Amino acid sequence: MYKFRELAKAAKKETEGKEYRLAVLGNVATQFLSQAIGGYAHLSGMNLKVFDADYNQIDAQLLDPSSETYEFEPDYILLYLATDKLYEEFMERDASARGTFADDIMRKLSDYWDMISRSSKAKILHMGFTEIDDRAFGNFGARTETAFTYQMRKLGFLLQEAESARAGVYPVDLLAVQISLGMDKFYDPVLYYNAKVNIALDAMGYVAKQVIDVLSAMQGHARKCVVLDLDNTLWGGVIGDDGLSGIEIGELGRGHVFTDFQLWLRSLKQRGILLAVCSKNDEDNAKEPFEKHEEMVLRLSDFAMFVANWEDKATNIRFIQKTLNIGMDSLVFIDDNPFERELVRSMIPEICVPELPSDPARYLSFLQGLNLFETASYSSEDADRTGMYQAEAKRRESEASFTSLDDYLISLEMKGCAAAFDKLHYPRIAQLTQRSNQFNLRTVRYTEEEIERVASDDSYVTLYYTLRDKFGDHGLVSVVIMKKESDEEFFIDTWLMSCRVLKRGMEEYIINRLVEEAGTHGAKKLRAEYIPTAKNKMVEHIYDAMGFDCIGEGLYSLDIRKFKELKTYIKDAAV
Amino acid sequence: MEREEVMEKVTEIARDIFDDEELELNDDTIAADVDGWDSLTHLSLMNEIENEFEIKFEMKEVQGLNNVGELIDVIMERMD
Repeated sequence: MYKFRELAKAAKKETEGKEYRLAVLGNVATQFLSQAIGGYAHLSGMNLKVFDADYNQIDAQLLDPSSETYEFEPDYILLYLATDKLYEEFMERDASARGTFADDIMRKLSDYWDMISRSSKAKILHMGFTEIDDRAFGNFGARTETAFTYQMRKLGFLLQEAESARAGVYPVDLLAVQISLGMDKFYDPVLYYNAKVNIALDAMGYVAKQVIDVLSAMQGHARKCVVLDLDNTLWGGVIGDDGLSGIEIGELGRGHVFTDFQLWLRSLKQRGILLAVCSKNDEDNAKEPFEKHEEMVLRLSDFAMFVANWEDKATNIRFIQKTLNIGMDSLVFIDDNPFERELVRSMIPEICVPELPSDPARYLSFLQGLNLFETASYSSEDADRTGMYQAEAKRRESEASFTSLDDYLISLEMKGCAAAFDKLHYPRIAQLTQRSNQFNLRTVRYTEEEIERVASDDSYVTLYYTLRDKFGDHGLVSVVIMKKESDEEFFIDTWLMSCRVLKRGMEEYIINRLVEEAGTHGAKKLRAEYIPTAKNKMVEHIYDAMGFDCIGEGLYSLDIRKFKELKTYIKDAAV
Repeated sequence: MEREEVMEKVTEIARDIFDDEELELNDDTIAADVDGWDSLTHLSLMNEIENEFEIKFEMKEVQGLNNVGELIDVIMERMD
């Protein structure tokens, strides 16, 4: 981990790229924390400007709509209520008022959130609570309502509940940092009493990482797929040599290690991370344990792709990445063999290759400690992402049997649907605006809260699109937000689409329905824009292809009265 | 460790923290003599010294030392 002085130096440096602004507010002194976050951002390539509010000014800063915090126009506000300070408040209370401490503080926190929503569009990062055990009641504190431990643990739970019920608030798990470092490393009493800083300087880097991990996920960076070796990674031993009965998996001995590892991987899959196999093996040998071994946790159906052959792994990983059509930087490659790791690292610098410990017993805690799978959202569609990719594989097989693309597209029996944003779909819509990088014309990111606001604002026309075909349901694949600039002229603020459904007539279907919808709302003219980013070159000319007129660099317009419906094989489905 | 060697190491840390490769410290140097030595960088300096010499300062030492000479004295004393 970086030393504090390295972070402090890095904080002074300029960073390229899109600028994000973070305001830090605490009930303790936060200058060091702000420096550390700024420095960590620079070292991770994030252009983050940090504003540090004065000591213990949260109420004043948030109440006054013209405060420095709001003037700074932050994209994010980090709220940090240190347990050490809360502890002092707690002790100053009458003993009789201590039993409601957690509820009182929680009420104050939601007031803060309300104040922020009133005066700012900033998303809220809320630092979780660390623990202090004052041992005033000893172990008995855990069942004594007026004990600090009891109240703080309750507060932690209340905070979780409140966060999950409210869009636009993102937790930063400070307790996890305190636990992994230990009390003594996390807290330096001399620093606290000297400067009201309750995080030791040596711990600042770890805390800053936690904040930057969350910000990075909110900005759309997410790992999407774990590529796995088999022998001595998913089970002990070598299937080709040891055979089905010889490999280690299951309750006995070292098998337990691999069983737990597979259980963890399966829970990643259940939350939307794709699993793929990349193994140097004969395919039949490699598949046998998943089909026949009774104690295997993962089954073939858990994998989005299964590649077992004797090619080099870099080539196979490129094939997996291309087939799944996701960014190379969203892949994690896990292999016990240092040679393979080094080869893949050197051939594909963008991919994440954890330096796995040599003892399999340590795989799990090591990988969990890296926090590789940060996310800023979770929707029910995530759960079945593997199924969607598997249906895609079947489509590809079927595609190969047709000689003309038209015949193939007709055979898919595609049904599309367009509808205005509704409450049920806010999370998925927000998630797509945050995650889509390639097919995204202006890359405007929205939180759930903002999506809700846009949906209920008459000056916007919103559409989400779904698509299904005979192989399966693609779910919600595209989002359009149009802003009424006048009664007759609408501007396409957002158009994004999942790359899963590229080039099968969905683009045309979207534009047809978009123009129709704009027409129904009285528009005669549409304006549109393409804003280039490092990742969206694929849609550079999409508006040209859709029949819009180019009226300047990246600027387009369309006369709705002259628009001729674009050809597509996607038919309307009932909503 | 000799006093001179301690002074040398402290100087090295201070050069890094105050971003001045030519910074020289002696027993009489005070914070006001050094560009960028304020209450915040002071805490960072003390932290680095603690790590380097594997010692812990007491609260009154972090705030109450009058010059670099006194700082070196405390480090020497703590290392014994």
